[in-house]
Amino acid sequence: MTTGLFLIVLLGVSIVAPFVRKYLKNAAGWVYAIWPFAGFLYYLSLLPEINQGNVITETHEWIPVIGLNFSFYVDGFSLLFSLLVLGIGTFIMVYADYYMKPYPMKGRFMGYLLLFMTAMQGIVVSGNLITMFVFWELTSISSYMLIGYYHEKPEARASALQALLITGFGGLALLGGFVLLAIPYGSYELSVILSNPDLIKNSNLYLPAFILIAIGAFTKSAQFPFHFWLPGAMTAPSPVSAFLHSATMVKAGVFLLARLNPIMGGTEIWSYTLTIFGVTTMFAGAWLSIHQVDLKRILAYTTVSALGTLVLLIGTGTEYAINAAIIFLLVHALYKGTLFMMAGNIEKKTGTRDINQLGGLFKYMPFAAIVMSLALVSMAGVPPMLGFLGKELIYEAAVAAPKAHVFILTLGFLTNVILVFLSLRLAIDIFWGKEPQYAKTPAEPSLALIIGPFFLVLASFVLGLFPSTMANPLTSSAITAISPGLDAIKLKLWHGFNLVLGLSALTLISGYFAFRNRKKLIPAVIQINLRYFRREFTRIFFHLVDKFLVLTKLQTKTLQHGYHRFYLMTIFAVASVLVWVMIWRADPIMLELNFSDMPLNLIAVVVLIIAASLSAVVSNSRVIALISMGVIGFGITIIFIAYSGVDLAITMIMVETLLVILAITVIYHLPKYQNFSSTGDRMRDALIATLVGSFFIVLVLQAGTTSLDAPISGFFKEASYTEAFGRNIVNVILVDFRALDTLGEITVISIAAIGIYAMIRLGKKTS
Amino acid sequence: MESVVLQIAARHMRPLLLVLSVIVLYRGHNEPGGGFIGGLMLGAAYILYAMAFGVKKTQKALYFNPVNLTAFGLLVAVISGIPAVLLGNEFLTGEWYTFFSQTFFEIKQGTPLIFDIGVYFAVAGMLMLVMFSIMEE
Repeated sequence: MTTGLFLIVLLGVSIVAPFVRKYLKNAAGWVYAIWPFAGFLYYLSLLPEINQGNVITETHEWIPVIGLNFSFYVDGFSLLFSLLVLGIGTFIMVYADYYMKPYPMKGRFMGYLLLFMTAMQGIVVSGNLITMFVFWELTSISSYMLIGYYHEKPEARASALQALLITGFGGLALLGGFVLLAIPYGSYELSVILSNPDLIKNSNLYLPAFILIAIGAFTKSAQFPFHFWLPGAMTAPSPVSAFLHSATMVKAGVFLLARLNPIMGGTEIWSYTLTIFGVTTMFAGAWLSIHQVDLKRILAYTTVSALGTLVLLIGTGTEYAINAAIIFLLVHALYKGTLFMMAGNIEKKTGTRDINQLGGLFKYMPFAAIVMSLALVSMAGVPPMLGFLGKELIYEAAVAAPKAHVFILTLGFLTNVILVFLSLRLAIDIFWGKEPQYAKTPAEPSLALIIGPFFLVLASFVLGLFPSTMANPLTSSAITAISPGLDAIKLKLWHGFNLVLGLSALTLISGYFAFRNRKKLIPAVIQINLRYFRREFTRIFFHLVDKFLVLTKLQTKTLQHGYHRFYLMTIFAVASVLVWVMIWRADPIMLELNFSDMPLNLIAVVVLIIAASLSAVVSNSRVIALISMGVIGFGITIIFIAYSGVDLAITMIMVETLLVILAITVIYHLPKYQNFSSTGDRMRDALIATLVGSFFIVLVLQAGTTSLDAPISGFFKEASYTEAFGRNIVNVILVDFRALDTLGEITVISIAAIGIYAMIRLGKKTS
Repeated sequence: MESVVLQIAARHMRPLLLVLSVIVLYRGHNEPGGGFIGGLMLGAAYILYAMAFGVKKTQKALYFNPVNLTAFGLLVAVISGIPAVLLGNEFLTGEWYTFFSQTFFEIKQGTPLIFDIGVYFAVAGMLMLVMFSIMEE
């Protein structure tokens, strides 16, 4: 029960949060943080049970008819992710509320942030694919609100839209993938699907399901070529970036791939696709971060690189790779959360994020400098931080990779060199280097702003220092959960002298060398980028969006041209052609025309109707045409009465009368009757009219001779009085048997009436 | 379009048509009639009035705004479906109740009549809404 209940509580808190913000004043952040922290403690208490190999499941019926449930599934992997989301979430709440103090509408901001956390927590504990999809989309929507928080800035709006369009597109693909994945199992339940991994692999739905799910995961986790929305998303306030990059949103795609690894992983297409996209993203992200000067942008590109690494490791799928993926996930969440929060702090205290404008900050904020430097040490993969273990394992995995390991190893090595280079550059240039003129003297950030980074770095430090006692219990059951049959490797700091340690040392030395030569290196990189990578993906994306809008405009113009006569023509032409095709393919028509029992007076009425029709068609005066139509209408009324359709007759009389009144009121305003249509137009109109008229004749004649399965009219006739207590069958059908239809109809005519009313009002105002 | 004949006719026809529309509405269940026809009659009564006296005076005489009348009709129609749900049936199932049973006034009525009243007002409202906005020019 607790998992579902906890999500509902979180959802409630995020809805209430904006309204109570002003009463809580400065305590707000701490009050918001209580909730994720409580969840964090709860999931931590589950750790022993989960580590024994248990899985906690929970199901609530949602739409049982089609087998949809809100179900939850907590295994080691979900648990590790929950701890990350809620643990980092706790600190983010404290940090964010203090950080947003000077900005308007912070209550609403906190509400979105809590919702964002709730959505991510929902994804990681989902036990049903559709439940997961619902939360998946919720992260897209809440992140849209958060990225576009500075909505008065056009670039913030553009970034938010870009993120929403890309992740939303991926979400649609994902839904398709989920539906395909569920077909062989006949269930969306994760527990059912995970218990029979081979079913989908042997199905020919595997390939389409894999492609769609991969698109969903790659867009969410910013894999090349969808990576560009992530650096754009750094226009969001720093707390959002810190959360989005470390534990939520972008990790959702990685989470999904790892979650589905037991059932979809291990195939050729799976490992090749993930490896290729992962390696490309890993290197491209690192490469593109070299020449950036915006602190947050640098960090955003390193996140892209880290996500690539994770996808690559999941794709590789060996024992080392899966171990490395889980450890690196933890490592990255801890240091990236710290770094983004610190980036926000630095911007707050100095007013800039441009690393060329920063320097010598150690003097002013020594404690903050130490915290951030330690996070950078973890990013560089230097002992004793947890980052070192992560990097060691990645190298182990790359060395042991079954396919193309030289290629992976080379790019992995280069990526790590760039990370070392960036770590040195950020630490030394910001905190020690030459000091520029600051507008105001920077100071140590206040408690609420530094507590989060401090504890995250501390966690990274402790986990790195005591890997076997601290880190192993956290990660071991996560590893077995996403890759059954593999063991968790016993983590230790010291592996002895081997190839991997040599690589680590070489990485550090090369990184340092690159840093020493940064004055030459960065211009060289910019030169290469200018020559080979000039196309910006963001620009291409918006170019495509623009092209798409042109297309939709064209389509709207063609289909919704605004000419009433052409709408009618389209409807009539399409309907009559379709019906004619049906008539053609049906049995030959039996025309049994028998006029013998038709009374003479009715024949007179029919002749009158025909004459009136002709007069309406050829007349050159509106009044004559109108009167002729009236004659037709009343003529038909007489026929109704003759065949005792009294209800129809009364309605017809009313409608005909009102039509005449309507016509009289508008006829004054119409211009003089003129003939604009060419002979060709008239021929076309005549053709359509003939088609429509003739199909009605055939339809009516055939309806008399064709009998479908047991006509329903018999039932109505019998049940009308016995069940619905009415003798007027027409009315009983309208208000009882088919009441829902009638409700729909009166709703439609009401909307139409309001539309007419509004249109005429509007027309009056403009004229 | 001031016409004395029309004005006198409209003045006297309006109450007659109103009563008639209610009768048509009520008897609809067993004999020709019903909410749709009744609603058209109600609308026609006021449209006739509007032709004689103009839209402004008619709206005063009508007292209710046609938009609200339409909305009211829809609301009544929707509400008429709720008792069935409360009694455990599908939405809009006819539920019947016999009043004054075993007496001379014994009468059987149910939610379909309420539904029909909703149709009656919705149809009349939308008719007046359209006609008035066109005639107002």
